[in-house]
Amino acid sequence: MEKSPQELYEEREKRFMDAVQLKVPDRVPIIPCLDFFPAIYAGITFEEAMYDYDKAYMAWKKTALDLDADMYWNSYISYPGKGLEVLGYNLLKWPGKGLSADRMYQFVENEYMKASEYDEFLADPTDFMIRTYYPRVCSAMAGLQKLPPIHGGYWQGIFGLVGSFGDPEVQESLKALMEAGNIFAKWFEFLGNFNKEMEALGYPNALGAATYAPYDIIGDTFRGTRGVMLDMYKNPEKLLAAVDMVTPWALEAGINGAKASGNPRVWIWLHKGCDGFMNDEQFKTFYWPGLKKVIMGLIEADLVPYVYIEGDYTCRLETIADVPKGKVVYHFEQVDIYKAKEILGGVACISGNVPNALLCTGTPEEVKEYCKKLIDVLGKDGGYIMDSSACIDEARPENLKAMIDFTKEYGVYR
Amino acid sequence: MQEKLKELIADLKEEEALELVKEMLSNGADPMDVLETCRTAVEIVGKRFEEGKYFIPDLLMSGEIMENISNIVKPHISAETEEKKRGKVLIGTVEGDIHDIGKNIVTFMLEVNGFDVLDIGVDVPPEVFVEKIKEFQPQVVGLCGLLTLAFDSMKNTIEALEKNGLRDKVKIMIGGSPTDEQVAKYVGADAHGKDANAAVELSRKWTEGN
Repeated sequence: MEKSPQELYEEREKRFMDAVQLKVPDRVPIIPCLDFFPAIYAGITFEEAMYDYDKAYMAWKKTALDLDADMYWNSYISYPGKGLEVLGYNLLKWPGKGLSADRMYQFVENEYMKASEYDEFLADPTDFMIRTYYPRVCSAMAGLQKLPPIHGGYWQGIFGLVGSFGDPEVQESLKALMEAGNIFAKWFEFLGNFNKEMEALGYPNALGAATYAPYDIIGDTFRGTRGVMLDMYKNPEKLLAAVDMVTPWALEAGINGAKASGNPRVWIWLHKGCDGFMNDEQFKTFYWPGLKKVIMGLIEADLVPYVYIEGDYTCRLETIADVPKGKVVYHFEQVDIYKAKEILGGVACISGNVPNALLCTGTPEEVKEYCKKLIDVLGKDGGYIMDSSACIDEARPENLKAMIDFTKEYGVYR
Repeated sequence: MQEKLKELIADLKEEEALELVKEMLSNGADPMDVLETCRTAVEIVGKRFEEGKYFIPDLLMSGEIMENISNIVKPHISAETEEKKRGKVLIGTVEGDIHDIGKNIVTFMLEVNGFDVLDIGVDVPPEVFVEKIKEFQPQVVGLCGLLTLAFDSMKNTIEALEKNGLRDKVKIMIGGSPTDEQVAKYVGADAHGKDANAAVELSRKWTEGN
């Protein structure tokens, strides 16, 4: 008898949780993380994916159903173009805004916080965010620079604080925020509708919530790669203080996000701690302690830290093995898979490692061969989730299909 | 003092190195000797990077120290001197991709190893590669990309070189996280470099005899 969507849903959730808890599931779960692949696959431009929710809905749904993996990705990762436009969001260039229609949006690094501003940030972070950081990151919020210190509204101070909201530039920013607010609220509603339909069809959402490693928060969005790397030499105490300060923020984002979605999978997107980006001592000083606190906090909240690791992490395996058994997923882009299994097997679930280049340029036979090796090595006795190395934009559809179908067939535990 | 300076730079001790440079200059040291010492110190940094003792932050930090030393030394120099270079490499991130960290590291390592490097930036269209290659006449061209979408831009760039009769005049290497040998074949490059050291090796091999 055919299984109902509800039964399939539970079966897929169980398969995932078995892998996380290092039990042997019925077969290797397959959860391919998708960027803009659905747009390419369904024949819409990236610009359309960011601006036309109906087209995005169609593209992501068609992809999820055709791929028929264990979990789906919604189009969260494609962001609402109009909302970014109204905000004047400077952290990104995107198709329709600085890039052509068929390009993936890209991150614009900058020193949005200067080295000389650490003290200000550490002394009153919320004030710094409102009056300095947001105006830099969002052009539309430039008016907020004209506000007086936000903490100054006690007793008669409220008069001056409120009075500053009469400034036309402040009001321009508030209007833009209201407009963007409507756009983002609609976008979340659209994603919610999409999720409801997919869940009714029997597919769990891969993404419950997203957060970051504390060091990356400072490196990605405040100081930039160069800035944060130099800070390890020139301002180590301040950098550490900032990392400490944002650690509870990172945890809070994960927990609140998962509460809102009712989905335990909290993806932690790692960027700047990979091999080559710092030495081992720096990793153990600046990167791992904060990340570990986030991981532990999520576990305590009964959530599943889904640690998505960019770059090569072979040198970090020993360090990141220091987590409770059967609670964490480590998704690898590049790693020595034998060492990974040796060191993390019995500790954490491993995911990923099918090279995106192979999915782009290889043949289905080559993809199957690669997946076979992963299942044989990483999937031995459970604890592995099949996935690409990085979120997928371009891939030959037959290759992606081969990765999925082969896993369903060869990945069965007998 | 030159030995001491070399050590301080190689060990990335910025403040002490800058102090020492000032002291040396006020004691009448030849500014060109100071710069030569810096160059040998950066060579040590590059060597430690090749040996896996130093990583990207160390390269950036040594670059930072060099920049600050040059700022102190420059006012003491009258005329620029030409030094013999090992060969010419033109490098850029291909169209549609704006990633530059990897490219900058490769540029740094090539320069440390004595190459004359022209970095033409990010999101570079094929026609700009063509134009700049005509002007600069490198022996080696490096195409960078961090996105899988960059594969087709690399391919288009190499096709544009072919159309303009430049393909046989240069060796082409590609690099960036998602690239590999198979991608090199796909886009029509001569080789793939998996990291900055590989890029230096390839460039060395291709410019031997210069």
